[in-house]
Amino acid sequence: MDLSAINPVLLIASLMVAATAVMIAAIGELIVERAGVLNLGVEGMMITGAICGFAVAVQTGSPTAGFIAAAAGGAALSMLFAFLTQFALANQVASGLALTLFGLGLSALLGQGYQGIKPPSTPRLDIPVLSDLPWVGRIVFGHDLMVYFGLALVAATWAFLKYARAGLVLRAVGENHDAAHALGYKVVRIRVLAIAFGGAMAGLGGAYISLVRVPQWTEGMTAGIGWIALALVVFASWKPWRVLLGAYLFGGVTVLQLNLQAAGIAIPVEYLSMSPYIITIVVLVIMSADKSRAPASLGRIFHATH
Amino acid sequence: MTALLSIRGLTKAYPGVVANDDVSFDIQPGEVHALLGENGAGKSTLVKMIYGLVKPDSGEMTMTGQPFAPGEPKAARAAGVAMVFQHFSLFDALNVAENIALGMAEPPAMRDLAARIREVSDQYGLPLDPWRVVGDLSAGERQRVEIIRCLLQDPKLLIMDEPTSVLTPQEVEILFETLRKLKAEGTSILYISHKLEEIRALCDEATILRLGRKVATCTPRDTTAREMAELMVGAELHVPTRDTRAPGAVRLALKDLSVPSPSQFGTALKGISFEVRAGEVLGLAGVAGNGQDELLGVLSGEIRAGAGMVVLDGTPVGATGPAIRRRMGLLTAPEERLGHAAAPDMSLTENAALTGAERRGIASAGFLNWGRARSFAREIIDRFDVRTPGTENAARSLSGGNLQKFVIGREVLQDPQVLVVNQPTWGVDAAAAATIRQAILDLATGGAAVVVISQDLDELMEVSDRFAALNEGRLSDIRPAQGLSVEEIGLMMGGSHGMEVAHV
Repeated sequence: MDLSAINPVLLIASLMVAATAVMIAAIGELIVERAGVLNLGVEGMMITGAICGFAVAVQTGSPTAGFIAAAAGGAALSMLFAFLTQFALANQVASGLALTLFGLGLSALLGQGYQGIKPPSTPRLDIPVLSDLPWVGRIVFGHDLMVYFGLALVAATWAFLKYARAGLVLRAVGENHDAAHALGYKVVRIRVLAIAFGGAMAGLGGAYISLVRVPQWTEGMTAGIGWIALALVVFASWKPWRVLLGAYLFGGVTVLQLNLQAAGIAIPVEYLSMSPYIITIVVLVIMSADKSRAPASLGRIFHATH
Repeated sequence: MTALLSIRGLTKAYPGVVANDDVSFDIQPGEVHALLGENGAGKSTLVKMIYGLVKPDSGEMTMTGQPFAPGEPKAARAAGVAMVFQHFSLFDALNVAENIALGMAEPPAMRDLAARIREVSDQYGLPLDPWRVVGDLSAGERQRVEIIRCLLQDPKLLIMDEPTSVLTPQEVEILFETLRKLKAEGTSILYISHKLEEIRALCDEATILRLGRKVATCTPRDTTAREMAELMVGAELHVPTRDTRAPGAVRLALKDLSVPSPSQFGTALKGISFEVRAGEVLGLAGVAGNGQDELLGVLSGEIRAGAGMVVLDGTPVGATGPAIRRRMGLLTAPEERLGHAAAPDMSLTENAALTGAERRGIASAGFLNWGRARSFAREIIDRFDVRTPGTENAARSLSGGNLQKFVIGREVLQDPQVLVVNQPTWGVDAAAAATIRQAILDLATGGAAVVVISQDLDELMEVSDRFAALNEGRLSDIRPAQGLSVEEIGLMMGGSHGMEVAHV
């Protein structure tokens, strides 16, 4: 076993990459849940985004077009969920599970013929001097744009919920949809928009896996990241900065256990593989023991009655 | 003088029911106008039309002579109409300032808004901290949030929907002071209630609705409460009566009962002791959320306490479950009708069998006798005048008042030794309420011990022999109900719950 082979700079840099997909998807779901909707279809929307992004990037040769297509694909799939739950008033849990299964099947169909292809590579930030600085250069200035997008998204979501009037209305709808309706806010419209945003973010997260992290297309390649994103939202007590923390913890342990495996540590591989899931959830469960609680209308069906 | 708001021929029909039929009346500037009627008389639909939540099918409104047809609440607010809702309009997880900002069209920055809240709340004698989270406030303070939200818009017409149902008598006085001050400043108030004495004390004019139609207008000060009640009901009121008799042996005793609440926002019970004798009705008052649900849970057996804390006919039962207690004759009817007292999607027959299986011989050797269950359900329907097409209808399909008659009747007809009911006539019309109260009194006359938990003080004074109040999980002294003044009752309920009295 040779732990000295693990380079801390590379470890930190790669944990940021490993955390980005789950973080973006979780922030999308956080907005959806803050609006009072429980969408369990994150995994399905992620994998759909992954193949939409991959296919468009391969066809056009542009990763940017790929990411835009991924967001559009995720949002389009989420509209199916929005239709079922907001207009047909179907059960949210069942609809979300169905969305995941549907997304997995749809992506497998769309992905026929894309296996074994390499996508165009997403460029990394390369600022002269800054990116060449020791340590800092690699960690702070050496990533692709989606990593920065993810960080900006967390900050923007936090500020939106705390300071923006639209954020206040969104929280109000998630907290008590009857009261929000009585005050004249459009509950269904706000929720549909939130669901679309959640779908777009899940799509981006999925495309990040297929275009940057792996980068290739295989069926079912999101491998449960969508479910981790869902768990992150809950254990982060619906707070954006805690989602960031949870995602980095998850990414960090994932990268670390891979390094440990490579270093030949004497722990069975299965234990190492499960460690990111266990450690992330244990830490967040401990942190969520404070007073915060779920949005009060979460998962409840809203039907305007007069 | 031009009326502030004129309503002419407003009509609104829903499938199967006409909620408002050709309703007309005027509200003058600076007038406190009462809107009276039983549940289902169409009061709520009418104010929702004024507030822009519901569009009328026909009829028109004018506001100081101008046509007024708000398409949404925002338009109504812009025209100077503000509404204090009965419930469902505050957000527990948000703070006072955020709650108020949500009700405004263009709120100022939070810091400025907080300053305005302090200013207005001091001006009207309703002190309030803008940064407190609403979930932590008492019922009276929550109502202040709503009132201040309305006052910040400088309304010309303030609609109040049953504002006093959650307040102690002292808190009601504070509220009335504020309303009188508003009236003196020229604000009109549309006051919805079915508490007649309050309307007589506060209102200048009353419009009475029955089954969606306006049946009368009167001046409350010159009309007796009984006359108004009969106009509301449309029939002579039957006042429950009972034969008094000396109470018998102690049936139910609580001894220093203390339990934590099972729910996060519940109230723990602290050191409650009382005894109820055969032939006696004990009335327990209290503002909602002061431990009523928990007390009923402990008595029914849903919440287990120490065995000796609950004693039934000399046997400690504090740690036994509901089925055993039911067999021994302790029956309970909880407040929440759908989902607690009755299973919403099951038929009335099934619901009758759920609690009556044992005492009515419906179950034997683990098998159910549906014939007996059906005839039991039929008996409840006949005896308590439950309006339903038949015994096979789902509990959910009954109106609130009818289902209430059914769940109370189901327990009463099982010949209880001890009956505990929570809010027995909540949402029930006056005639049905009288039937339920009479049934409770008849039970006591027949030798049962009855505990009535209610937020309706008039009801408690009508049925109770002895009276006590729950306040933050503690029980006040138990006093004979006869001769208690409203003042004394208010103090037993916790006075104004630590809120400052208005200085206006």
